Amino acid sequence: MSKKKIFITLGIIILLAFLAVNLSYSGYFNLGVDFLNKKFSLNFPHFPEIPFKLGLDLQGGTRLVYEADLLNIEKKDYDFAMQGLRDVIERRVNLFGVQEPMVQTQEAGGVHRLAVELAGIKDPAEAIREIGKTPFLEFREPKENFEEILKKRQELVGKTEEEITQIENWQLALEEPFQSTSLNGRYLKKTEIGFHPTTNEPLVLLQFNDEGAKIFKELTAKWTGRPLAIYVDGILMSAPKVEEEISGGKAQISGRFTIEEAKELARNLNAGALPVPIKLISQKTIEPILGRISLEQSLKAGIFGFVSILIFMILFYRIPGIFASISLLIYVVFLLALFKLIPVTLTLAGIAGFLLSMGMAVDANILIFSRMREELGEKKGYLISLEEGFRRAWPSIRDGNFTTILVGLILFGFGTSFVKGFAFTLIIGNLVGMFAAIFITNNFLRCFAGTRLENWKWLWK
Amino acid sequence: MHFNFIRYSKIYYIFSGLLALTAIFCLLIFRLNFGIDFSGGSILEVEFEKRPENSVIQEKLKNLNLGEIILQPAGDRGMIIRMKEVDETTHQKIISQLAEISKTEELQFESIGPAIGKELRQKTVILIIISLAALLCYIAIAFRKLTWPVSGFEYGVISIIALFFDVLITIGAISLLGKFGNVQFNIMIITALLTILGYTINDKVVVFDRVRENLLKTRGEDFTNLLNQSLNQIFIRSISTGTCALLVLFSIFFFGGETLKYFSLTLIIGIIVGTYSSLFLASPLLVNLKNRKGKRIGK
Repeated sequence: MSKKKIFITLGIIILLAFLAVNLSYSGYFNLGVDFLNKKFSLNFPHFPEIPFKLGLDLQGGTRLVYEADLLNIEKKDYDFAMQGLRDVIERRVNLFGVQEPMVQTQEAGGVHRLAVELAGIKDPAEAIREIGKTPFLEFREPKENFEEILKKRQELVGKTEEEITQIENWQLALEEPFQSTSLNGRYLKKTEIGFHPTTNEPLVLLQFNDEGAKIFKELTAKWTGRPLAIYVDGILMSAPKVEEEISGGKAQISGRFTIEEAKELARNLNAGALPVPIKLISQKTIEPILGRISLEQSLKAGIFGFVSILIFMILFYRIPGIFASISLLIYVVFLLALFKLIPVTLTLAGIAGFLLSMGMAVDANILIFSRMREELGEKKGYLISLEEGFRRAWPSIRDGNFTTILVGLILFGFGTSFVKGFAFTLIIGNLVGMFAAIFITNNFLRCFAGTRLENWKWLWK
Repeated sequence: MHFNFIRYSKIYYIFSGLLALTAIFCLLIFRLNFGIDFSGGSILEVEFEKRPENSVIQEKLKNLNLGEIILQPAGDRGMIIRMKEVDETTHQKIISQLAEISKTEELQFESIGPAIGKELRQKTVILIIISLAALLCYIAIAFRKLTWPVSGFEYGVISIIALFFDVLITIGAISLLGKFGNVQFNIMIITALLTILGYTINDKVVVFDRVRENLLKTRGEDFTNLLNQSLNQIFIRSISTGTCALLVLFSIFFFGGETLKYFSLTLIIGIIVGTYSSLFLASPLLVNLKNRKGKRIGK
């Protein structure tokens, strides 16, 4: 490479670094812009302020894992049911006013789960209660032996326990006469409270969406003259007899509530009704105050780590150490800018991965400098030593980063957010670290080839 | 500076052997203090305005049927409470019970069902096997060109032995910490252990890389000498690389807060052991292996 080329490369790196610095923290730049704008009445634009995305362990929040009960669903419809579940919970969660809530379906070993992450929520306990209130609405149709079950039930009316056990096949009466249909909470569009025109008793009026209306029409056509049951949270609400085929997707739940109860049910159904029942099996809640403390602590750890590496490198490797430090500084701002651009959700584990990768990024420089020292020790020239140092150190740098990245990729298999956050920043850190050592440090050191400084060997050794 | 590393091989072997035995001993006696990630359960961290005695808390929570409750003070006013898995209602009951003692602020709560714990155990085993297999493949490829006097495969075996040593000592230390410091063996520790594998394998590869390079340069020279020379060349680099990683890890350990404390400590132990084992275990083993082969052939 010619001198000119090296300077151009360095220029580009410095320009990129400048952009990266301002992307990481635009406060000072914008202050400067304000100052200039005021002084010379100019109108320079501000550098855009993009905030870091913080995970729930840094800003507080809650992560909930629910297990979906798919017992009454056919296997081929699992994915469909889970999607419906996700949509319903997402709608519900959006009411909490959390920025970017995350609702994901997961499957492991035949068990279907729903993970909900609410970063930055003020009152997690309230959120859990609210989600817990989401009703599970389901329409059920009569079973094949519906008539027999009802008849058996009739037979048993008014009899004592002893008499009942005498009757043949009495257990049949205990059977559930209805079975699940595909019409459930996911097709609900709107719910209102209404009153029965003659009895004036409160009703909950259901309006299905187009898809739901179609299913409802089919169901009512199939069961004309017989009852269809409406279940909320697994409890039979009412089982009205179908008079005729109903199109338009309107249904009503009648009976047994006070106005207050009807209102509450309507409100809860409006916020989303579940297509399948769910159960909370795991939760992690971090209060915002702890998140803030964690963030401060990890920043402090990062600064201490960074400064101590700089001191170590400069004391140990002198001039090359200074360049390695500059290279490390650029590495840090590049990474921070990347975190914002991608964007990476920063968690405590992610910061740990980032800091560790910083320690590893220096390793590439150390390998190169150690080699360079050796070559200089053999009384070779500056540029030759530099080139040899790079060439020989490369396989080790490549291998070392490669193995770490390999383990990082494998770690992704855990699927846990802690591990993923760590692995992701570690991998990005390793990639950028290799780039910084090979590209930035190398070009800095090349600047000195052919200058008077290169003759002062003690500076480099 | 020239230090005759290989001359003191016996001392390293004895030291390494003792260390390994201690680690096995710790594991057998103290076992691992599995965290709730693996066993299922709940952890609640609260901060009291005025922290009460452990017995007061135990007494207050006695009626909630929480099974065995483990209390661990944290910071000045904090308390970490571990118990069996509880649901949200019980969780809120615990909070209100604690608030009766002194004004409390909840910091974090985590509850993990047994199904998730079981799943994670299986996943961990699978991923550790995959990691080891991947690293083994990697070593085999990295050293495929070496045949004399020790084959690439044998470099691989020695690296794996050294890696095993690194992980064994680290787990032994965690078991000790689990017994006396109530450190939980959880997903973070597993992550740290796998990272140690990825990190310290590098150290071994760098040492062997240098051996490979010197072998190609000076064919026929005495292997012990050559190894000594390689180790002397690599020594400073090994120490400074380790130091840089440790500087960062120590600052996480001291300033990074409770969550990352034992994660970083595990990495610290692993990296120290890893650096030691590449210099003082893997390399002498290489010489011994070569000497034995020499004898067998009758050289």
